[in-house]
Amino acid sequence: MPLTNISGIARSEGDPRVERKGPSSLTGPDRLARALGWFSVGLGIAELVAPGRIARTLGLEGKEGLIRAYGARELASAVPTLSIDKPVGLAARIGGDGLDLATLATALHPDNPKRSNAAIATAMIVGITLLDVVAYKSVKAAHRREPGSDRDYSDRSGLPRGAEASRGLARKDFQIPADYRAEGTVADALPALAS
Amino acid sequence: MKALVWHGKEDIRYDTVSDPAIEEPRDAIIRVTSCAICGSDLHLFHNLVPAMLPGDIMGHETMGEVVEVGSGAKGKLKKGDRVVIPFTIQCGECDQCRRGNFSVCQRTNRKGELGDKAFGHRTAGLFGYTHLTGGYPGGQAEYLRVPFADTTHIKVPDGIDDEKLLFLSDILPTGWQAAVQADIQPGDTVAVWGCGPVGQMTIRSAILLGAEQVVAIDHLPERLSMAAAAGAITINFDEENVVERLNELTGGFGPHKCIDAVGAESHVGFGQPDTIVDRAKQMLMLENDRPHVLREMIFVCRPAGVISIIGVYLGLVDKIPMGMAMNKGLTFRMAQAHVPRWTGDLLRRIEDGQIDPSFVITHKVALSQGPEMYATFRDKADGCIKVMLQP
Repeated sequence: MPLTNISGIARSEGDPRVERKGPSSLTGPDRLARALGWFSVGLGIAELVAPGRIARTLGLEGKEGLIRAYGARELASAVPTLSIDKPVGLAARIGGDGLDLATLATALHPDNPKRSNAAIATAMIVGITLLDVVAYKSVKAAHRREPGSDRDYSDRSGLPRGAEASRGLARKDFQIPADYRAEGTVADALPALAS
Repeated sequence: MKALVWHGKEDIRYDTVSDPAIEEPRDAIIRVTSCAICGSDLHLFHNLVPAMLPGDIMGHETMGEVVEVGSGAKGKLKKGDRVVIPFTIQCGECDQCRRGNFSVCQRTNRKGELGDKAFGHRTAGLFGYTHLTGGYPGGQAEYLRVPFADTTHIKVPDGIDDEKLLFLSDILPTGWQAAVQADIQPGDTVAVWGCGPVGQMTIRSAILLGAEQVVAIDHLPERLSMAAAAGAITINFDEENVVERLNELTGGFGPHKCIDAVGAESHVGFGQPDTIVDRAKQMLMLENDRPHVLREMIFVCRPAGVISIIGVYLGLVDKIPMGMAMNKGLTFRMAQAHVPRWTGDLLRRIEDGQIDPSFVITHKVALSQGPEMYATFRDKADGCIKVMLQP
């Protein structure tokens, strides 16, 4: 049974049902950012839960605490990446990629027996970094206000008789209803007390 | 039929869905001729409103032609009638409806138990919104089932374009109520935060109700130019200090009436550092809304003034200076608009040429372009202020 049925939020029986899905408002860059956000969640959890295993795989023994901190960082950047403020999250991810690469660079020395693993991880992070940069740029481009596209709507008054002629026009035949008067507040009491 | 369907965060699709049918005697089916995207639809687009389900049809600003009428609505509606559908569904019979508080109708939320849990007491059913308000399929579609149709409609005459009538469904009465519940009096200075569609209607309403000065606050040049077109003094908060400028315009006393036409999603920027903290909390689900406008209004409002909230808030807000509000003796008014309470009067004003709500439409496109227009509207790209869709 779907969770929504248990909570009582399920759609009512007679409501129209989706028969065929059509084009979405989500753009390609939005989907890429979302995928990267979920990647952050997965990697962040792995780094938090199994820092020792990751450290041993990469020859980074002794840096388990740092890896765990990076896991927390991944989760922190996933939150905005999965939100509507994707550029903030993606920028954080790009910064994080730099930290990851710097840390992996310390594992690429010839004495590290797991050097080949570290090289593979480095190549992967370089690829992810490129994806992050592409996602950042394309999301910004897809959702920006075009510079210089400000419109001038100063001819749209909506008041056919003109603004000045319209001022107070409704007061001729409309009274603020009693339940919307602010009478009885300090606003009305003050002049009364002053007189 | 075709419809704009919610599938998740930022994911609105132009789907094929099954046709609606009469389910209850008071139902009617309308063929939608025009509908629109509302600012509050963006809260759903951003997945900030709980209890949405993938497959929910969007839209609560709708008008069209009646094509089928249930047995219980036949006295009030017939095939061929041209109607605007209020975003609130009302029974017309409960205690709240009889008082004119239609947006808190006690009977039309078909998931009232959820509403009771979320709000303490249920509110009216709404089209195309959360299941906390009934989860009724919305009107960004080719057809719409209207429950309680005998009382949930505004009959409109032929001979007036959809563009002038469509906004009787929401933003015109919403803007009007924002001004009315501020109790605007001649001589008042009224400050309106937010020059989106509701803010624009609020500005016109404040002028019609005789405000001496209407001050419009935003940071988008096109929106400020539209506000200025109605005679408002404008403040661009990217360029000016809002509090200083409002005090300057009011001899240091502050506006008599402050209207929040922004609500849950204040613009996030370094010039308003509280919004950055609020946004971070929102992401971590520690706060629902970014109430920057509310804080600023409480600070700048004249003592004993009125705060009118019409921008939609969603849930929990932090750091509201209640001590300031209490000590200044401010009056707070807020509500979802009680649409039918105002629409008869506003329709007459449209017919009389006092107001022409079509001024706010910046984009008029086919329903099929709906998904991309959600993004355009959200991004405030291409000078977008109001999107009208036609199936």
